[in-house]
Amino acid sequence: MQMLNTRTPRPARRFWHGARSSRLTAIAILLPPGLILFSLFVILPLTESGYYAFFDWNGYGTPEDYVGLRNFERIADHSVFHTAVGNTAKIIAVSLFIQMPLALFLALLIYRKTPTNALFRLIFFVPYILAEVAAGLIWSFVFDGNYGVTASIARSMGQESFFILADRDWAFVAVMTVIVWKYFGFHMMIYIAALQGVPEDLIEAAKIEGAKRPQIVRYVQIPQIRPAIIVSAFFAIIGALQVFDVIIPLTNGGPSNQTQTIVTYLYSFGLTRLKIGFGSAVGVLLFLAAILVAVFYQRLFMKGSRP
Amino acid sequence: MSRAAFWRNLARVTILCVVASFVLAPMLATVLGGFKTNAELRMNAFALPQDWNVSFYGSILVDPAFWRYLGNSLLISTGTVVLTLLVGAAAAYVFAQIRFFGSRMLFSYMLLGLMFPFATAILPLFIKVRDIGLLDTYWAVILPQTAFGLSLAILLFRTFFDQLPKELFEAARIDGCGYVRFFWQITLPLSTPILATVGVFVFVQSWNNFLLPLVVLNSREAFTWPLGMMQFRGEYVTEWNRTLAFVTLTILPAIVFFLAAQKYIVAGLTGGAVKG
Repeated sequence: MQMLNTRTPRPARRFWHGARSSRLTAIAILLPPGLILFSLFVILPLTESGYYAFFDWNGYGTPEDYVGLRNFERIADHSVFHTAVGNTAKIIAVSLFIQMPLALFLALLIYRKTPTNALFRLIFFVPYILAEVAAGLIWSFVFDGNYGVTASIARSMGQESFFILADRDWAFVAVMTVIVWKYFGFHMMIYIAALQGVPEDLIEAAKIEGAKRPQIVRYVQIPQIRPAIIVSAFFAIIGALQVFDVIIPLTNGGPSNQTQTIVTYLYSFGLTRLKIGFGSAVGVLLFLAAILVAVFYQRLFMKGSRP
Repeated sequence: MSRAAFWRNLARVTILCVVASFVLAPMLATVLGGFKTNAELRMNAFALPQDWNVSFYGSILVDPAFWRYLGNSLLISTGTVVLTLLVGAAAAYVFAQIRFFGSRMLFSYMLLGLMFPFATAILPLFIKVRDIGLLDTYWAVILPQTAFGLSLAILLFRTFFDQLPKELFEAARIDGCGYVRFFWQITLPLSTPILATVGVFVFVQSWNNFLLPLVVLNSREAFTWPLGMMQFRGEYVTEWNRTLAFVTLTILPAIVFFLAAQKYIVAGLTGGAVKG
């Protein structure tokens, strides 16, 4: 209604008369495709997984075998699920305490707009745009005990070939290396964009007052890009919850399920065995985890960060 | 002072080069590996090949399956982009331009997709796609991908549409232009920057998508390139050089395209988060 222009009252009235039917037509034509598509392929499956989770069902016919909370109990008792949750927690920890500081450090080195910096920015961003599966395959070659880097290093040290991806203790370390390699560039890009937005005056003022570079970083730049850091941490956590593609070519969850994540767990114990009810229960837990993260995050940071 | 600056800069560039080699070495080994025989690959993964053996690359390039995988991916990605832009922009236009009862509620509803990982609903999605009879078709990937991409697309579109000058619409109305026509003839052409951002972003996501195609595509005829690549890897487990050649051929064009479009990718990634 704010479009009504007071200076042209007469055409405006006619205008609104015809406008009503035009508005309804527009709503009726433009909105439903998106609404239907979204409801059918996002909201409906989501609610259905909340329903299927209470059944023992192989996906054929209709779910009839109501089992109450037994799927959830089974998940809670399954040691592989514990490993999967633990691995997800490890990914979060590595993202927050290794990947993000590394990304911030590099961003501080190359945020200024020079040709050299642009080149490095480009290089560091390449892993991110690579498909996860391709990244996983490349690294499974690198880690191959007969061919890759680990093989060369082991050989030069006079050791036998070492299959890191088949080692129960080290396989997940290898997986996390790949994850850092793949995603640090993304976080770096967020920081660079934020650092370029920090007013140059602030930095100049700090310099005039005798601040050294580390002090400028600590007391001017990092506080200024706090919102960007909060956002990138959020991405890191939500991303950790959905790690899947990288794992499949690297270890496929093995050796003996040591490198499962929540989603690979869902895939290998729910989907490939067609235990739709069980898998849906895992999906529900994943959903709850994501919602919890989002809500807590909103409470903790988002409000406080608004000036 | 300037000498100190020189050393500092040297240290900086050294660090950057070390990280850059950590980033590039695996990819370099991949590209080179495609030229080596398996025996040579075993000896040294990183050295230049003694003979540049192009037969492994060549055998993939003449393999019709390789081109079919790429073609499938291209069709699916393009379909997803077109559908997301059309459907998403239309819905966002209604939210931005027309006030009606329940508009805010519907808008929040459409943004729910930003909240949770795709994988949460993958099993019921599989059942649904199977029951509709879409398994092994392009639509099995296009429709869910579009639906899941809609939330971010609508958010970005709406923010952009809100910033278009309102006077335009008033002028068009007086000339008798309806809402739908205005959307098609004025809003969309004025929105090319955001269309490009969302389009590139959706394309990249679709091109790299693995989980959904893995679940809904079983026939090799319909495989996208990530599935084809895993299939190829399975067939030549002992011949890394073939797999590496395959990886190289599939990622090189993508890298070139994505680097050219990286501005849009970053904008799409950060845009939604900062606003939400």
